[in-house]
Amino acid sequence: MNAPQLSIDRGETPTKGTRFTVPGMRCAGCIAKIERELPKTDGIVAARVNFSSKRVAIEHDPAIGEDALTDALLKLGFEARPIDENPLGTEAAERKQLTRALGVAGFGMMNVMLLSVSIWSGAEGFTRELFHWLSALIAMPVIAYSGRPFFSSAWMALKYRRTNMDVPISIGVILATALSLYETITGGEHAYFESAVMLLFFLLAGRALDAEMRTRTRAGIGALLGRMGKSASVIAPDGSTRRVPANALEPGMLVLVAAGEALAADGEIEEGRTTIDNSMLTGESAPESVGEGAVVHAGAINLGSPFRMRLTRTADDTAIAEIARLMDEAGQSRSTYVRIADRASRAYAPIVHTLAALAFVGWMIAGAGWHQSLVIAIAVLIITCPCAMGLAVPTAQVVASGALLKRGLLVKDGSALERLAEVDVALFDKTGTLTLGEPRPDIGALNATERKVALGLAQSSRHPLSQGLAKRLLDEGVEPAAIVSVEEISGQGVSGECAGVRVALERPEIETDRLAVTLKIGTEQTTLTFEDPLRPDASRTLAMLRGENIEASILSGDRNAPVEEIANQLGIPARAEASPHDKLATLEALRDSGRYPLMVGDGLNDGPALAAAHASIAPGTASDASQQAADAVFIGEKLMPVALAVRVAKRTMVIVRQNFGFAIGYNALAVPLALFGFVTPLIAAIAMSLSSLVVVANSLRLAGSAK
Amino acid sequence: MTGLTFLIPIALLMGAAGLAAFFWAMRSGQYEDMDGAAHRILIDEEDEANP
Repeated sequence: MNAPQLSIDRGETPTKGTRFTVPGMRCAGCIAKIERELPKTDGIVAARVNFSSKRVAIEHDPAIGEDALTDALLKLGFEARPIDENPLGTEAAERKQLTRALGVAGFGMMNVMLLSVSIWSGAEGFTRELFHWLSALIAMPVIAYSGRPFFSSAWMALKYRRTNMDVPISIGVILATALSLYETITGGEHAYFESAVMLLFFLLAGRALDAEMRTRTRAGIGALLGRMGKSASVIAPDGSTRRVPANALEPGMLVLVAAGEALAADGEIEEGRTTIDNSMLTGESAPESVGEGAVVHAGAINLGSPFRMRLTRTADDTAIAEIARLMDEAGQSRSTYVRIADRASRAYAPIVHTLAALAFVGWMIAGAGWHQSLVIAIAVLIITCPCAMGLAVPTAQVVASGALLKRGLLVKDGSALERLAEVDVALFDKTGTLTLGEPRPDIGALNATERKVALGLAQSSRHPLSQGLAKRLLDEGVEPAAIVSVEEISGQGVSGECAGVRVALERPEIETDRLAVTLKIGTEQTTLTFEDPLRPDASRTLAMLRGENIEASILSGDRNAPVEEIANQLGIPARAEASPHDKLATLEALRDSGRYPLMVGDGLNDGPALAAAHASIAPGTASDASQQAADAVFIGEKLMPVALAVRVAKRTMVIVRQNFGFAIGYNALAVPLALFGFVTPLIAAIAMSLSSLVVVANSLRLAGSAK
Repeated sequence: MTGLTFLIPIALLMGAAGLAAFFWAMRSGQYEDMDGAAHRILIDEEDEANP
């Protein structure tokens, strides 16, 4: 997250750093374009891309505002949002600590191993003692440093009178170290420093991989939170205003929201009327007109005139933060398989301790001597640690979620993957799900000049129709015309002057039932109509679902004619004019007949159906209610993530079963061997670490499953 | 035996140097953008130097 600091020192003015989240970056070309073209804008000193987290750090003149920087990025073709310094900082610190511990453990393991190999090859007398002492000197600080993540977790568990996987690991490591130290001091034959250090190294490798996968999944959540306003102008009782960062806002504050500003908290309008773009929360692309007393949410953008609002919910309480939290649950899901694994591990941990204690007592009674008995007990403790079982499900789900996230699908809950793997019939809503739900203009009637003027005007407005038009024209590779004295009148349109001629994008004078704008250049007028097209890959997605033996159909609340048209285009059955209650009833009927329906929908009217379905997916443009009800959310124009989700879910369940099978088989084989004393602590450490790594590696095979 | 008095400190020093290099790399943010590094190698630098 901390991109290397740029060379700020250019002698003249001090610069300011601002970070943006830019989800649209896809390739090396994007990095090059942003880093080369941005500094050509006046006032921008340098830009540095962090591709992994899809962020750009811009060094710029403090005089330039965030809006100007966002516009500069938009002109390059990238949507961007300013973000806070480091919203998920604690997470990153934890991951860094793990990586450092891993580095130290690696260093210790290599050196101790080197010494141990010489001892095993027959070093005798003084040399052996010297090497044991050297091993001790290296291993003790390394264990103290690298073992901390395990020791602290085990300590926490013991403090609350519980036990977890880290308890047997910690006991095993500490016992092995203490025994080795005793051996070293008394000049004994065997020391097990290498076992302890190696165990820590491999376990840390597993943990660091796990943390890395989680961090990737969270980058998408950061992007969502980035849409919230970062600060707000708070009006003091004496009438003066000051900028307050979003996390320092408190309910009850009075805030002035300028035109074009993104809201930083939820609240109620006290004074003023305006239109806001609420598409973030409601999925409704048409601007919403709001007046005094209306409730507005963080993440909404003020399209019209300035207004004052009284804050009701701030920082982590806002509706958008709530959605982000829901998404975050993907990382720590509580699916049935996870629960089984958790229960198994929890029930298993006391068994591990009991078995180790029994092994010690048993061998003592058999007359093996306390030293050998203790060695066997340590081996049992290490080898039976239920790590592989604990990792079996979460790793597979985290890797699968990460793979899907790259293709634009956020899985909110690990159990969703289990349920997605079982679906056998899919129902799609029409508007906003099979179609884009976003107005796209028909620009066939425009000539080259008109296109340029239209783009110049559309770019200077935040109205959804303008943005739809600008996007379409930019896709066509149109260069914007230079427009001067641009003026936007809320509810009317945007106007300006181009080469001395008055130009405008306005509401059509004749009202139609379709969305339309009129482009005026001097006295010429052209009316552009907007349509809601099908998602480009809708039919391919349905074909892929058929390939997975899932029949698809449309279940829409829309009128018959438009639904029929889409159904014919896609060649699937359809049901139109279904009320939310009808949709719910359809799904319940399917479930009662023993089917496992998948519901894909976006509207508020789909909410109950999404909740009732066996599994559900909503587009990222959906209302917050739908996003909350759905198991997964897909972002962008493509529908393909829906079919991919089903395919990846099936693969995930295969991997989960393999992992479980492996973990159980490993324990069934290794425990008896250890109990009967065939395993030294070193072999135990290797076997146990390998079993964990095998599970992690098997799960990693899912990384490419969404291709 | 006498060789060991040189070899072991050398081995330890080299290991410690590697560890120090790793810590330095972490601190200077070289592990922050692994995917970016993979892509950056594809960027053509002919027309002008990267800022």
